[in-house]
Amino acid sequence: MRRKKSERLRRRAGAVYCGLIYAFLFLPIVVIVVNSFNATESKPYLSWKGFTFDWYGRLLQNAALLDSFRNTLLLAAVSTILSTIIGTIAAVGMFKYRFRGKSVIDALLYIPVVIPEIVLGIALLTLFATVNIPRGMLSLVLAHVTFCIPFVIFNVRARLDGYDQSIEEASMDLGVGRLKTFFHITLPVLAPGIGGGALLAFTLSIDDVIVSYFTNGQTKTFPLKVMESIKSGVAPDVNALSTLILVFTVLLVVLTQSGLIRRLRRKR
Amino acid sequence: MSKHALVQIQKINKFYGSNHVVRDLTLDVREGEFLTILGSSGCGKTTTLRMVAGFEQPTDGKIFVGGVDMAEKEPYERDVNTVFQSYALFPHMSVFGNIAYGLRMKRIPKKEIRKRVMDILDLVQLGGFERRMPAQLSGGQKQRVAIARALINRPKVLLLDEPLSALDLKLRKQMQLELKRLQRKLDITFIYVTHDQEEALSMSDRIAVMHDGMLEQVGVPKEIYEAPASKFVATFIGETNLFEGMVSAVDGDAVSVAVESGTICGRAEGFQKGEVVAVSVRPERMRYSTSPVKGFTIQGVVREQIYVGSVLKSIVVLPNGHEIKLERLAGDVLPMDGPVYLSWQPQDARLIHPRDQEVYHAVETAVME
Ligand SMILES: Nc1ncnc2c1ncn2[C@@H]1O[C@H](COP(=O)(O)OP(=O)(O)OP(=O)(O)O)[C@@H](O)[C@H]1O
Ligand SMILES: [Mg+2]
Repeated sequence: MRRKKSERLRRRAGAVYCGLIYAFLFLPIVVIVVNSFNATESKPYLSWKGFTFDWYGRLLQNAALLDSFRNTLLLAAVSTILSTIIGTIAAVGMFKYRFRGKSVIDALLYIPVVIPEIVLGIALLTLFATVNIPRGMLSLVLAHVTFCIPFVIFNVRARLDGYDQSIEEASMDLGVGRLKTFFHITLPVLAPGIGGGALLAFTLSIDDVIVSYFTNGQTKTFPLKVMESIKSGVAPDVNALSTLILVFTVLLVVLTQSGLIRRLRRKR
Repeated sequence: MSKHALVQIQKINKFYGSNHVVRDLTLDVREGEFLTILGSSGCGKTTTLRMVAGFEQPTDGKIFVGGVDMAEKEPYERDVNTVFQSYALFPHMSVFGNIAYGLRMKRIPKKEIRKRVMDILDLVQLGGFERRMPAQLSGGQKQRVAIARALINRPKVLLLDEPLSALDLKLRKQMQLELKRLQRKLDITFIYVTHDQEEALSMSDRIAVMHDGMLEQVGVPKEIYEAPASKFVATFIGETNLFEGMVSAVDGDAVSVAVESGTICGRAEGFQKGEVVAVSVRPERMRYSTSPVKGFTIQGVVREQIYVGSVLKSIVVLPNGHEIKLERLAGDVLPMDGPVYLSWQPQDARLIHPRDQEVYHAVETAVME
C-alpha cells in the first residue's frame, strides 16, 4: 500500500519537475508569440490589452527591419553554399590524401571553433581593413564562410569515418569515369554528412551577432537590427517577425521529423 | 579449340617505396580459364590483381588484355571487372541499383537493363531480392550481388579477390560450387585469388603459387600437389614431410639421398651426385615396417596415433627430433613407442632443386656422414 503511494508521489514529482523544465524553456518563446498579438504599446508589455494583428501590419511597413531580414537570409544562403562546397572538398581531400603536415592542419581546424567569437571578429576586421576589403555584404560573407567551414568539415569527416573507398574503385571498375563516380557514388554516400554540415552552417550564420558586428560595415543583418532596437526595449514588430520565423522553423522541423519530405521524394 | 592467352602479365615489378612487393612476375592466363593465384598473406596477390584492374601501376613490366597494352588504360577503360574482397557494394543503392549501375551509366535502355538484371539475379539465385538494400543482406548474398554486378557488363575477365574468405565453411563450400558452375556456364576467364589451398585445388583449372612477390610455380592442381617445384610449394599445398640432404648415388632415374637420419631414395631425372636436394613425401605415401626396406635406412619411434574416421594419423619421431607425419587407411595400429623403419615407393618422393633463397641447414650434417 505504502509502496503504491510513494510510487504515485514520485511520478507526480517527476511530472512537476519536467513541467518546470519545459516552462523554463518555452515560457520566453510563448511571451514573444503572445506579445506579437498584444495590443499594448507601453513597454515592457506586461499586461494584455487585447488581440491585434497590427504588429504584423507594421512589420510589413518596417522597410529597415525587412531589409535586414532579407540580408540575413541572403548572407546565410550564400555562406552556407560556399562553406559547404569548400568544407566538403577539404574534408574529402584530407581524408583521401596523405601529405606532410596533415596532422597539424587537422589540429588547426579546431582553432576557429574554440577561440572566442569576439577574437575571431576582431581578427577578421583587422584583416579586412589591412587588405582593403570593403566592409559590407562581401566581408560578411567572407567572415561567415570562415567560421562555418570547420563545422562542415567536421560533419563530413564524421561521415567519412568508415567510408569504404573501394566503392569508388568498384564504380570505375564498372566503366564509370572519375567525375561521374564522384557525383553518383561519393556525393550521395556523403550526403547526410554534407546536409548536416550545411544545416549547421545555416543556423550558425543566421543568428550570428558577434562576428557580424565587427565585419558588417553599413549592412544590417536581422540579429544586429534586433540588438539595435533592443536598446529601447523589444519593438512589437520584432516580436511579430520572430513569431513568423519560429513558425517557419517549427514547420520545417515537423516536416523533416515526420519524414514527409522523404515520402514526397520517394513518390517522385 | 583455340585457347590463346587472354591476359598476359610480362615481367612486372611493383615497389611501394623501397618495398619490393611483386617481383618479375610473368603469367599468361588463357581464354575461358579458371586460374587461381594462391599464396600466403602479404605475398602480393591483391597488388597483382589491382595492377590488372588498373588501380595500381606496375613499376615496370607490361600487362596485356586481349592483346592490348594496358599501360595507358584507366580502370574504367578496361574490359575487366572485379569482385572485391570487401564486396564494395554501393550502400545507397538497392540490389537492383547496384547491379544496374554499370548499365545505367552506359545509358542502355531501361527495358533492357531490367531484363538483364533480372536474368543475372536468377543466375546467382537471388531472384526477389532486387529491392533489398545491401545492409539487409547476409554475407553470402552480398557476395552474390557483387558477382552479379561484376558479371552484368559481360567482361572478358573477372577478377575475384578472396571473395569467399568472409563466409563460414558450409556457405563457402556451396559458393565454391556455384562459382565454378557460373564460370563454366558463362565461359568467362576467372582470375581468382585465395590463400586457401583446398579452395584452389578444388576449383582451378590452373594454379599460380606466389611467395614473397614471386611466382613459384604454375600448373594444374595435380601437378602442383604431386610435383611441387619448390620447397615452399611442397609445404604450402597440403601436408608433407621434407628431408634435406645430398645426393649420394645416381643409378638411372633412381636417386639415393643422404640425409641426417640415414639414406632415402626417390626417382627423378637430372640430379648429380653431390648435389644438394630437398625431398618431399606426402603423409599418405609414407610407409612403415618393422624390418628395413632396401634403399632406406631411416628409423624412428612411434609417438602418436590419432584415429580420425577413415584414416589413422600417426607421428614418428626421428633420432634428430624431426617429426614425420603418416596417414594410413585405418587398420592395424602401430606399436606405441616401438621402433619402425620408414620408406616409400621411390616414385612417390618428389626431389626438389634448391633455390637461391632457400637455405639447406641440414646439409653439413648429412655431408659429415
Ligand atoms: N598501398 C600500399 N602501400 C604500401 N604498401 C602496400 C600497399 N598495398 C600493399 N602493400 C604491401 O604490399 C605487400 C603485398 O600486399 P598485398 O595486399 O598484395 O598482399 P596479399 O597477397 O593480397 O595479402 P592478403 O592475402 O593478406 O590479402 C604487403 O606487404 C603490403 O604491406
Ligand atoms: Mg589481398
